[in-house]
Amino acid sequence: MAEAAALPTTEAVLGRSLWADAKARLFRNRAAVASMVVLAAIAIACLFGPLLTTHAYDRVHQDYVRTPPSLFAYPQPDQIRPAAERVAARMRARAEAIAVEGDALRLTLTAQRPIDERLLAFFDRSDLFGPARVIERAEEGRRLAVEVPVERRYFLFGTDANGRDLLTRTLIAGRVSLAIGFLATAVSITIGVVYGAVSGYLGGRVDLLMMRLVDILYALPFIFFVIMLVVFFGRNFVLMFIAVGAVEWLDMARIVRGQTLSIKRQEYVQAAEALGVTTSGILRRHIIPNTLGPVIVYMTLLVPKVILLESFLSFLGLGVQEPMTSWGVLISDGAKNIQGAAYMLIFPSLFLVATLFALNFIGDGLRDALDPKDR
Amino acid sequence: MLPFILRRFLSAIPTLFLIVTISFFLIRLAPGGPFDLEQPLEAKVMENLRRIYKLDRPLIEQYGLYLGALLRGDFGPSFYFRDFTIGELFARGLPVSMMLGALALGFAILIGGALGTLAAFRQNSAADYAVMALGTAGLTIPNFVVAPVLQIVFALMLGVLPVGGWNDGAVRNLVLPVVTLALPQIAVVARMTRAAMIETLRSNHIRTLRSLGLPNGVIVRHATRGAALPVVSYLGPAAAALLTGSVVVETIFGLPGVGRYFVEGALNRDYTLVMGTVVLVAVFVLLFNLVVDILYALIDPRVRYE
Amino acid sequence: MPAWLKRIAIAAVAASAMAGAAAAQVIYHRGNDADPETLDPHKTSTVYEAQILRDISEGLVIHDAAAKVVPGVAEKHELSDDGRVYRFILRADAKWSNGDPVKASDFVFSFRRIMNPETGAKYANLLYPILNAEKVNKGEGKVEELGVRAVDDRTLEITLERPTPYFLELLTHQSALPVHPASVEKHGTSFTRPENYVTNGAYVLKEWVPNSHIRLDKNPHFHAAGTVKIDTVIHYPNKDLAAAARRFMAGELHSTSDIPADQTKFLKERLGDQVKISPYLGTYYLAVNTQKKPFDDVRVRTALSMAIDREFIAEEIWQGTMLPAYSFVPPGIGNYGTPAYADYKDLSPIDREEKAKSLLKEAGYGPGLKPLKVEIRYNTTDNNKNTVVAIANQWKAIGVETTFINTDAKTHFAHLRERGDFDVARAGWIGDYSDPQNFLFLVQSDNKGLNYARYENPEYDTLMRKASEEKDLGRRAQILFEAEKIFMRDLPYIPILYYSNKNLVSSKLEGWVPNLRGANATRFMSLKP
Repeated sequence: MAEAAALPTTEAVLGRSLWADAKARLFRNRAAVASMVVLAAIAIACLFGPLLTTHAYDRVHQDYVRTPPSLFAYPQPDQIRPAAERVAARMRARAEAIAVEGDALRLTLTAQRPIDERLLAFFDRSDLFGPARVIERAEEGRRLAVEVPVERRYFLFGTDANGRDLLTRTLIAGRVSLAIGFLATAVSITIGVVYGAVSGYLGGRVDLLMMRLVDILYALPFIFFVIMLVVFFGRNFVLMFIAVGAVEWLDMARIVRGQTLSIKRQEYVQAAEALGVTTSGILRRHIIPNTLGPVIVYMTLLVPKVILLESFLSFLGLGVQEPMTSWGVLISDGAKNIQGAAYMLIFPSLFLVATLFALNFIGDGLRDALDPKDR
Repeated sequence: MLPFILRRFLSAIPTLFLIVTISFFLIRLAPGGPFDLEQPLEAKVMENLRRIYKLDRPLIEQYGLYLGALLRGDFGPSFYFRDFTIGELFARGLPVSMMLGALALGFAILIGGALGTLAAFRQNSAADYAVMALGTAGLTIPNFVVAPVLQIVFALMLGVLPVGGWNDGAVRNLVLPVVTLALPQIAVVARMTRAAMIETLRSNHIRTLRSLGLPNGVIVRHATRGAALPVVSYLGPAAAALLTGSVVVETIFGLPGVGRYFVEGALNRDYTLVMGTVVLVAVFVLLFNLVVDILYALIDPRVRYE
Repeated sequence: MPAWLKRIAIAAVAASAMAGAAAAQVIYHRGNDADPETLDPHKTSTVYEAQILRDISEGLVIHDAAAKVVPGVAEKHELSDDGRVYRFILRADAKWSNGDPVKASDFVFSFRRIMNPETGAKYANLLYPILNAEKVNKGEGKVEELGVRAVDDRTLEITLERPTPYFLELLTHQSALPVHPASVEKHGTSFTRPENYVTNGAYVLKEWVPNSHIRLDKNPHFHAAGTVKIDTVIHYPNKDLAAAARRFMAGELHSTSDIPADQTKFLKERLGDQVKISPYLGTYYLAVNTQKKPFDDVRVRTALSMAIDREFIAEEIWQGTMLPAYSFVPPGIGNYGTPAYADYKDLSPIDREEKAKSLLKEAGYGPGLKPLKVEIRYNTTDNNKNTVVAIANQWKAIGVETTFINTDAKTHFAHLRERGDFDVARAGWIGDYSDPQNFLFLVQSDNKGLNYARYENPEYDTLMRKASEEKDLGRRAQILFEAEKIFMRDLPYIPILYYSNKNLVSSKLEGWVPNLRGANATRFMSLKP
């Protein structure tokens, strides 16, 4: 029975078995285990995926701006001819006899005046082609037959407003978002739980003072707080955690305090008090474990909030800076393109939603596993 | 109980004072003033404006002036909306925001509470998973995505509701904003209720009721009392936040609430407007926390305030 | 029927009758950028305030549908031989919305009011060309000294400090609009409330709900009321451009004041020629800190400018809603010819890149030498972000390493105004009047507030002073052209794009003429049912 844990003499032994037991039960929960696998897969994809996507996250493709996602390689067959004509036009020449053979493009360039062969560099500058090679010169250089390799690229998630590969960017973004999602949430939950439990348990004047401090912090204008951080300390990843942690623990503290007010009147707490257990011991052994249910629910709620809040911090200059990005930034950019280019919203959102679903199941599994009454 | 409430009201005064004081100096530290524009003003013109708005006085004197005005219930003139005082802006916008917020909150409690209870009673059933999935989706999809999607589906594709506009609070115009506001709250309330309900259903007194073979209705009534506690502590701050408006919903739907003053006031460096929003939030937070604490005592007889 | 029930029944009948009458009215739902900060014309400073004020007030001269300067309250004017004294004859039938005649003395009151330092007028400096205006506004003279005089009820005389060829253009600005003296004196700052506001334009202010709408009804006392075809115009503040576009698509708005640039292609597919994009009087530029190493080196600035692919930024990033800019003064401006384009405007990108590289090498940067590091500051908006990312990518081709600092707009512009440290910063300038002086004066060495680049060139200053003293318009244009040539050679600001008017205009709305000033008064429009 959980109540037995109140006996200080057996604390150490039971403590270990409590966690071991919880671990065993967590791993029996199939949904939780599957979710852990999913979460691990997302984390691994974000860490190592960008190495495999063949694109750098900050590589701008000027010829592939806002390209929709496709399983097939770009350029698609109908794009090659107009692109070649565009390049020819930049060279002030006309493209004739355009033929695509496998990965190579053959065409003849004609112009009124001899063609400056330096300008063939335009092919290489385009994202569609490689360096051009002259096969044949005719009419004193007014007619050039050239062969140009076609470069195949995949944009499975499409590209953004600067023609950057969205798959790579989504994965890179995950690094930032997962880090802030978990670390900032952990920070605010830790502060919130301890603060709330202490306030609720001690009660009276201390409770009043501690809760008024929460009220004060709650009412302060957050935007100015962030602007001040930026002005005095510049952009800094650690500051982002401080900014988020500083506001997001407030709700947590109130919820835990509310729970504590009720729990501290329970018989087992009173029994522990009668046995002379120290305040910190009661908080650690009896109060905090029993508030975990709502805490875990609130945690699953906090992670998306924090991840999206980061995009607002980025707006104010505290969050990530271009060319780096985050899911929050990608999603808020995507939301503005919801009608023209919905894929810019959908893919980053899928990652966020999958992460949160996994987190939810893990959270529920964790709560069930830790629940002292449910054995 | 009455002395408790009285004491809380008394403690609210120094709290408010601290909030006003800290905020006043915090916002003045930030770079840029209300008259810094993309097209900058002539130096002399700027000087005139600063004199008219008393920004040229020492900060401590400005603070004294503001505090004095505030004690008389005067929030001062807006630096940005120069034809209005802060009091007027709030008098017009607050009813709109509160109406939207109250509707959203009502739906959240009713629907979220019902769904959460249902899920708890049918733990690990299909209904439970459906509620949980909905809840997660509602939490994950931010309102700046929900709002345009609703506009596209219901206004542009189906053509049954207007895209935006206030239209004096006509029901047609209220539906989409209220739904947008309520969705995430429904999700949270459902999840919180479910978690708390499961916990309560395992407690001894409910087990006893169950073993007595009482009908579900009676059990729900008893369990609700026990499960309400964490939900209520969540709803306190949530209500304060909802009733003071939502910048995203108001901007996308074009509604005349006060929510956008929080962000716009700060970005425009409209000092008096920011201070007004600070006081507004503070009052709501203090009030709702008091309500929550009273509710604690009413719901759970074990909670006492001495 | 009990009395109270009867009253309700009567009220209901009356209400439905009114609703029927309202349905017959022509109502124009007009999207605007934002809520006005104020409707007091002397305190306003923005284009979205101008949109509304243009409907409710009429100045001495006005912009017609195509933004040509035409007579407004003044039916004609004469200019003295020395170019310093304008004499305006007011039309006999000009009336305020309460029926009072518009008198010359009302204009005297209005000009004195805007110059009075106590008014706190943001754009008072626009009218500094009026004799003693600057002195009065700086509190060094009495308002009575202002060079504006009522000869009689219908004759107004304005004396200028010196000949100012763009003065009539200035008078079309909202800062030169008249206010009704009696109601200003009676109501003080609240004279702009719907219940108090007496104006002399085609419409009167009926309702103002902040963050919701501003309703204007036709003014029966307006001298050309017979030609006004739209009965009511409702201006909506639209901070969310995508939402405004959706309201337009749903038919809730007849026009919008802007479009979300990144959705232009989508909107063009959906709405066809209801998407209207036309040149505007503004330039989007990068200010370079000319006092800081290595940006004090003109070769570095030129190289940076040369390497920017403006066509790509205009066409792809802004989806054709901006135009590539190779001069600082936008083309089509008044009192000017073709602007002084950069000499590399028609050079191929390859040549430009090579030149840029060799310029950098001369300055000591490039492969084998130290790398050039640039930090761009910008105020956060999506398109600013996409633009600087594209520029950084183009600079990478000439070996420049770019980092960014983004902040909210207030922090950004306060930083520039207070002469904070920076390398390169994004900024923009929208012309207040159609004259090259309004662009070129930005980098005069004595322009402390606007000369972000801290550019100091006596030669440039001399030319600008010479231009201000030149009476002959042709010669003046030539002098200003010389100044712009120096500007484009020295590049204190690197022009990137010219702004455009971007509107959605319903095919039902007639009389919307796109123009360089973005001036589209409702009185010249009509709505097809």
